[in-house]
Amino acid sequence: MSARSCAALRQETAAGRITASDTVRAAVARAREVGAGREGLNVFVHRDDADALKQAGALGERLADTTPGALLGVPVAIKDNIATLTMPTTCGSRILEGYVSPYEATVVKRLREAGAIPIGKTNMDEFAMGSSTEHSAYGPTRNPIDHARVPGGSSGGSAVAVATGIVPIALGSETGGSVRQPAAFCGIVGVKPTYGRVSRFGLVAFASSLDQVGVFGATVDDAARGLGAVAGHDPMDSTSANIPVPEYQAGADAGVKDLVVGLPKEYFPASLDPEIRRLCDAAVERLRGLGATIREVSLPHTDLAIPVYYIVAPAEASSNLARFDGVRYGFRLEGEGLRGMYEATRSTGFGAEVTRRILLGTYVLSAGYYDAYYRKAQQARSLIADDFRRVFESGVHVLFTPTAPSTAFPIGAISDPYEMYLSDIFTATANLAGVPAMSLPIGRLGGLPVGGQLLAPHFDEARMFAAAYALERALGEEAHR
Amino acid sequence: MTATAPSRTVNLDAWEMVVGLEVHVQLKTRTKLFCSCSADFGAAPNANTCPVCLALPGALPVLNERAVGLATRAALALNCTVQPVSIFARKNYFYPDLPKGYQISQFDKPLALDGWIEIGTRAAGSPIRIGITRVHMEEDAGKSVHDRFPGVTAIDLNRSGVPLIEIVSEPDIRSAEQAGAYLRVLKQILEYVDVSDVNMEEGSLRVDANVSARRRGETKLGTKTEVKNMNSFSGVERALEVEFARHVGVLEAGGMIEQQTMLWDGTAVRPARSKEGSHDYRYFPEPDLPPLILATEWIDQVRKDLPELPAARRARFAEDYKLSEYDIEVLTANARLADYYESVARAHGEPKAAANWVMGEVMATLKTSGEDVARFRVRPADLASLLGLVRDGVVSHTAAKQIFTRMVATGDPPAQIAEREGLIKIDDDAQLAVWLEEVIAENPAEAERLRNGEKKLQGVLIGAVMKKSKGRADPKKLNQLLTARLTS
Amino acid sequence: MAVTIDDVRHIASLARLGLSEHRATAIVSELNTILSHMDALAKVDTAGVQEAIGVGAEGLPVRADAGPPFPLARSHDAFAPSLRDGFFLVPRLSTHESTEDS
Repeated sequence: MSARSCAALRQETAAGRITASDTVRAAVARAREVGAGREGLNVFVHRDDADALKQAGALGERLADTTPGALLGVPVAIKDNIATLTMPTTCGSRILEGYVSPYEATVVKRLREAGAIPIGKTNMDEFAMGSSTEHSAYGPTRNPIDHARVPGGSSGGSAVAVATGIVPIALGSETGGSVRQPAAFCGIVGVKPTYGRVSRFGLVAFASSLDQVGVFGATVDDAARGLGAVAGHDPMDSTSANIPVPEYQAGADAGVKDLVVGLPKEYFPASLDPEIRRLCDAAVERLRGLGATIREVSLPHTDLAIPVYYIVAPAEASSNLARFDGVRYGFRLEGEGLRGMYEATRSTGFGAEVTRRILLGTYVLSAGYYDAYYRKAQQARSLIADDFRRVFESGVHVLFTPTAPSTAFPIGAISDPYEMYLSDIFTATANLAGVPAMSLPIGRLGGLPVGGQLLAPHFDEARMFAAAYALERALGEEAHR
Repeated sequence: MTATAPSRTVNLDAWEMVVGLEVHVQLKTRTKLFCSCSADFGAAPNANTCPVCLALPGALPVLNERAVGLATRAALALNCTVQPVSIFARKNYFYPDLPKGYQISQFDKPLALDGWIEIGTRAAGSPIRIGITRVHMEEDAGKSVHDRFPGVTAIDLNRSGVPLIEIVSEPDIRSAEQAGAYLRVLKQILEYVDVSDVNMEEGSLRVDANVSARRRGETKLGTKTEVKNMNSFSGVERALEVEFARHVGVLEAGGMIEQQTMLWDGTAVRPARSKEGSHDYRYFPEPDLPPLILATEWIDQVRKDLPELPAARRARFAEDYKLSEYDIEVLTANARLADYYESVARAHGEPKAAANWVMGEVMATLKTSGEDVARFRVRPADLASLLGLVRDGVVSHTAAKQIFTRMVATGDPPAQIAEREGLIKIDDDAQLAVWLEEVIAENPAEAERLRNGEKKLQGVLIGAVMKKSKGRADPKKLNQLLTARLTS
Repeated sequence: MAVTIDDVRHIASLARLGLSEHRATAIVSELNTILSHMDALAKVDTAGVQEAIGVGAEGLPVRADAGPPFPLARSHDAFAPSLRDGFFLVPRLSTHESTEDS
């Protein structure tokens, strides 16, 4: 059961038929109902019901606005690596426990300006490093469909907040698939925009050349509205693009007639779970039935994605996480002198996966290894990006693939780090190439959600949404069975 | 192991000093390189900070346009080739005054390459040219204060993020004297193009040196050491001599130079306590900043807009004003002084007279008050006016000096002061005659001796009249009258 | 290129991560396993391929050299672990150097 949609909430709130305060109360009640707390699903690291109600109350003044805010009266959840002014930003880590940012991320500012009400900060893999939300200092988050399973990661908390109907949209972040994969595991919509489409100012950096704020939605329409509200140029982010943002919900009825949909063969390997393949085939048939042209294509350097990702991302992370040193903010542990303080603070403050990736990243950047690892990986990355460019230039409008190679696995089932990294096998290429991608539910396998992924050329989210709207409508309830 | 002057005889002459200098210069922007905090100094500790220069989680850098312009201007003034594409890079290391744990600098693809400056001429007359390997942009770190509170180091991040350029010379410098000359010429050029205060005492110019020694005639470079913590140009010169002597001492004894960083403490060098090997900064391109792309037309425009450089100015002074080499050196020492002089000279029309006054009264006054010539109360037009009054005989030279003093104090124009204080030259014969009589009457012995031929007493009597007249009497006239009076 | 325990100690030092000997030993095999998967990369021909740097062809945006500074909603004492007279405090450096050793 999902929360009321963004469109409905906006309309009803603007008309005065419901109040934002009632909506917030309903969200809080729903959270209790589904057991979102620490002992249950463990969705939130922090919730501030009183503050949310205060903001909701203040919205009353906004009703006089000639144009209602795009997300007026919509409660939202925010991944805990996005800076907020009143609730802490912990990034799922001990090293930022209790840290309340003295400035707000641009995306949060835009949400509030659109009339949305942040109601809590959601749990995540520490510093966004993970694919299961098991690596948080604040405990694992659970999949609402099967509490013994992971919700996916690293944005697991935000995915569950939407999947359980607490909120219709939530912000997450993507570096290698951290929004799409949990969306697939939880049976909701998850969008990674084009690199540079959404401001990163206030998103705690993991891998700067890959990170993007992503949006979860209960439906395609929710996600489209959510993205539209936060996207756009930000002068505080030098990597944000100065390209106008279309109204993504305008694609709701665009349909897919004459849309050329590419199926990259590397994403349908012989080893792909036959049930997942069957669900993908069914989705593709729906698209064909609606007038799309289906074409098999090739992205030949796909197999390099994991090695490239796991060199580039940890390398950038090792540098981005150097600022967590106990000097100006966050956790500090004294040691022997300055060096002792650094080491005690960081070894106690960071968890095992973060430590592992910082070491890996430091190693691949270190003298003697830079050319063989980092430089080589960045070159291979160009090859991956070129694959997409070539395919899109050949007349293909969007690509369709499975989102993840499996459904949600049991908590604790994967202990080998590299095996965990393989969850990103279908998602990481989009981050490396910078192209937009999204996941939407296409069915269930053993009762567990399966996601289908759409990818589009740079800054062509509109076309991607149009295809997603059409597929969602065509599948209907079948997507959740 | 500390080294001061060599304690036993080494044959320094058989060895050649090879030096490269790395100079860091703070650019005079209003705000920091990657954020809009003020770049001014003097504020309370950590008053000029924001999420970016505090390195709060989620903050991102945004480049200061003016810093790019100033850095480009500096690079062109140093004869470098400015690169159309340059890339910022992260230099990773841990230090409490480096908030991000990395410095945003430039590594593989710096802003500019392959420059040079001339620091003098050889005996044969050919210029001594020192190559400049590169000029790149980077942000400054904050300040660590070790002795303010016991047992702790205090960190002030006001300076963190201030824009710097790093100017790296080729190892072309062959003596301490050349190093000093290089620094003085470099400073003058950068001051002329107005990119920095280039004040070593204030910290807007910092110098690190790389030193090695090799036998004369050898072409291969010896192992170098880095010398840091020098606080003046003469300090640099002394430190280089001491470190060179230390190298020679070791090498002559058959030892090997250990590649390390040495710190200068004013009289000696000692090794900085460093761990094994050199630093591993793990440079990689800054992912938060796309490449810096400069259009050729834009670079050309910066070149066209370059203020006149010192060498060109000196040549022009020789050509236009026909001043001596010494006068030119003094008057072009800094651009503002040269500007001031030129305004006076042009307005007055007599370059030599203008030069004397600027080198004399003006500079003496500035030296005492410590003021900047750019803010000097006596406007060039007014000084020219005063010189005009002297040339036209309206005031005497002595009176002019008094008027100048009043101009410094009040900023009033000279004619007004002369009127007001009755300093207009008196050449009214009758008045002069009256004073002459008084002086002769008051100094009968001297008058007598003068009448008897002791010519030098003429000056004494004239001086007495000048005193009586408060400097207003016209000395020339007085001389005539006195001579006439005494021969009558 | 196999990672040794000395390598791990060295990079842990570079990264200021205090690793226990026990943990460091475990990390040696973890890293070697991960890096062995990277060998696929070595086989790829990347001669003449540009590194993926930067986003658009527009290059680096710039901002005017002017304030006001980006405001902080709270003063430093709200988040600083150790502050006195406006300074951030850290344990005294054992050597007064201008750059730390890595």
